[in-house]
Amino acid sequence: MPNILTVPPRLPEAQNPDPGVSKFCPGCGHGMILKTLASAIDELNLQARAVYGCDIGCSLLSWNYMNIDTIQAHHGRTTPVIYGITRATPEAVGIAYMGDGGGLAIGAQHLVNAAVRNEKMLVILVNNTNYGMTGGQMAPTTLPGQVTETTPYGRDVEATGKPAKGAEMVSAVVDTEAAYVTRGTVNNLRQLKTMMKKGLQNVADGRGFSYVEALSVCPLNWRTNNVDTWDRLDEMEDFFKVGELVVPQGLEGVK
Amino acid sequence: MVKKLITEDTKLFMTGNEVIAYAAVAAGAEFMYGYPITPQNEVMHTWCKLLPKTDAGFLQTEDEISAGFSTLGGILAGKKAFTATAGPGNVIMQDAMSMAEMNRLPFVCAVMQRGGPSTATVIYAQQETTLTCFGGNGEGYRIVYSTAGHQDLYDYTIKAFNTAWKYRFPTFILADGYQGKMREPVMAYDPEARGIDLIPATPYLRAEGVAGVDRKPVHLRNCFNLEEELMEVLDSYEEEFNRIAPEIAEYQEYKAEDAEVLIIAHGIVARSAMTAIDELRAKGIRVGLFRPITLRPLAVDPLRKAVSRAKQVLFTESANGQMARLALEKMYGLTTPYQTLYKMGVGVTGGDIIEKVEKMVKENNLVC
Repeated sequence: MPNILTVPPRLPEAQNPDPGVSKFCPGCGHGMILKTLASAIDELNLQARAVYGCDIGCSLLSWNYMNIDTIQAHHGRTTPVIYGITRATPEAVGIAYMGDGGGLAIGAQHLVNAAVRNEKMLVILVNNTNYGMTGGQMAPTTLPGQVTETTPYGRDVEATGKPAKGAEMVSAVVDTEAAYVTRGTVNNLRQLKTMMKKGLQNVADGRGFSYVEALSVCPLNWRTNNVDTWDRLDEMEDFFKVGELVVPQGLEGVK
Repeated sequence: MVKKLITEDTKLFMTGNEVIAYAAVAAGAEFMYGYPITPQNEVMHTWCKLLPKTDAGFLQTEDEISAGFSTLGGILAGKKAFTATAGPGNVIMQDAMSMAEMNRLPFVCAVMQRGGPSTATVIYAQQETTLTCFGGNGEGYRIVYSTAGHQDLYDYTIKAFNTAWKYRFPTFILADGYQGKMREPVMAYDPEARGIDLIPATPYLRAEGVAGVDRKPVHLRNCFNLEEELMEVLDSYEEEFNRIAPEIAEYQEYKAEDAEVLIIAHGIVARSAMTAIDELRAKGIRVGLFRPITLRPLAVDPLRKAVSRAKQVLFTESANGQMARLALEKMYGLTTPYQTLYKMGVGVTGGDIIEKVEKMVKENNLVC
C-alpha cells in the first residue's frame, strides 16, 4: 500500500509546486481559486503568454504560486501594473488578482477606469466580505449585519451603506460588445473554471476587459466552522448573484 | 524600437517641457504613461504630437498613482518607460516610486516643481527637493539630477535613462515650471552619434522562453516575511548605492576656486547666482558658486573642499532650506559660517543675491 503522504499532489502545469504546503489559512478559498485559474491557463494553453500580478492582502501570498512570471504590487495597484505591462506588450495575457478591498475600495478607481478604457486584461476579484490579512475588518462587500472587527455590532447599512456589488458596477461601465463580466463562487469550481477560461480567452483574443469575481470563504476571520462557513457562502450567493453579466460574442466555444 | 527624430546636431528654440519629450525620444524611450498636472503638461502634449513620427506608446491614466504603477508595468515588460509629474502628483506618485526603489526598477520621472504644500502655486518652486530625494517609506535609494536650463534638460534626460537602466535605481530629472514653460535655445543631438551608448532595456517579466517550461518563472515581490530578510536586502542596496555614488555624483563650480563667499544653489537658482557672481566680481568681491547637479547622491568631497576654501557660505534656494539640509549633513565638522537666502516658492533673482552677499561682506569685514 503506498504511503499517501509521499505522493505529490497533482497540480496544473501553470501552478508552481515549489512553495509546497499552502500558506493560506485552513479552509481558505484562495487555494481553490488559484488552482482553478492555473487549470484554466493550462486548458487554454496560455502559459507562454500569461503574466500574473497579485495585490496586497491575502492575495499577496500567491506571489510565487504560479508557474508563470509574477509581480506582487502595492495595495490596489495591481490593475495599473498589469495594464502597464499589457499596453507595452499587447501579446501578453495580463492577470490581476486581488481581494475585495484591493479592487473595490483602495483600487476602485483603477478597476473602473480599466473597465471604461477596455484594457485587455483579466481582473480576478476574490470576494470574501472582509479584509482577511489585516485581521477581519469591514470590506465594501461586508454583508448587512455581518460582524467584523470594525463592525463589532454588525454592519449598519444606514451608517456604512449597502455592500458593493463589484460585477454589477463593472457591468455598468464596460463596452458590452467587448468585455466579459461574471461572478462565480468556490461552491462551484467547474463553473468558475469555465468563467476564468472565458475571461482569459476574451483577453487572449484581444477583444477586451474581463472581470471574474469569485465569492470565497474566510472561516478564520468569520469565526465559522465548516458547516457555518458554507451556510455563509449560501447567504452571500443570495446577495451577490452568481452568473454571467456581460458576455461578448466570440466566446461561445469556450466551455 | 522607436524611430529617431534627431539624427544630426540641430539647434532648437523651444520650451523645457518640449525639450524633455525630444530628449526622451533621443534616449530611446518607448512608452510614456502620464496624468495631467501643471506645469509638466507639455511633456505629454509633445510626446503625443510626436507619436506618428516615433512609433512610441502613450497612455493617459486615471491619476498619478496609476501613471506611476503603469510605468512600472511598462518597465517590467522591458520597455524604456517614463512619466512626468509635479506637486501633489509627485506626492501620490511616491507609492509607485517606493515600489521602484524596492524592486530596483529603472523608473524615470521628470518632476517639474511647483509650489507647496498642498495645491499651492502651479508654476514654480524648489520645494519638491526632499520629496523627490527621500519620498516614500524608505531610505531614498534614488538618483536625482537638478537641471538649470534647457541644455541640461536635454543632456540629463538622456543621461537619466542610461543611469536608471545601468544602476537600476529610480532616477529623476528635477526641474521646475520656469524651465518647463520658458523658451531657450538648445542643441539637440543623437547621443549615439556623440559616442554615448544607450543602455538597452531588458525585460524583468516575460523574457525569452516560456516561463516554467524553458526557464524558471520570475517571481518578484516587495513584501518580506522577516525583519532580517528586509535588512539584508537594504544593506545590499546601501552598499551598492554608496559604491556607485562617486560614479554618479556631479557638480558644477563657477569662479569658486578663489571665492571668499561661496554660494551653494541648485537648479535655476544657480543661474541667478552666476549672474550675481559676475556683477559682484566686477565690483571686486570674490564670490563663487558650488552647484550640486546630483542632489542624490551629492558630490560630497568636492562640496567639502569648496566649503573649506571659503570664508563664508550662502545657501540660497526657492524653498526653506531643503537643499541646504542635504548639504549641511555632509558638511559635518567644517567650521565655515553660513547664511541663508530662502524664498519659499518664489524665484531668487541675481539682484536678491547681490544684495545679500554685499551685506555679508560688510557685516563680516571680508577683504575680497
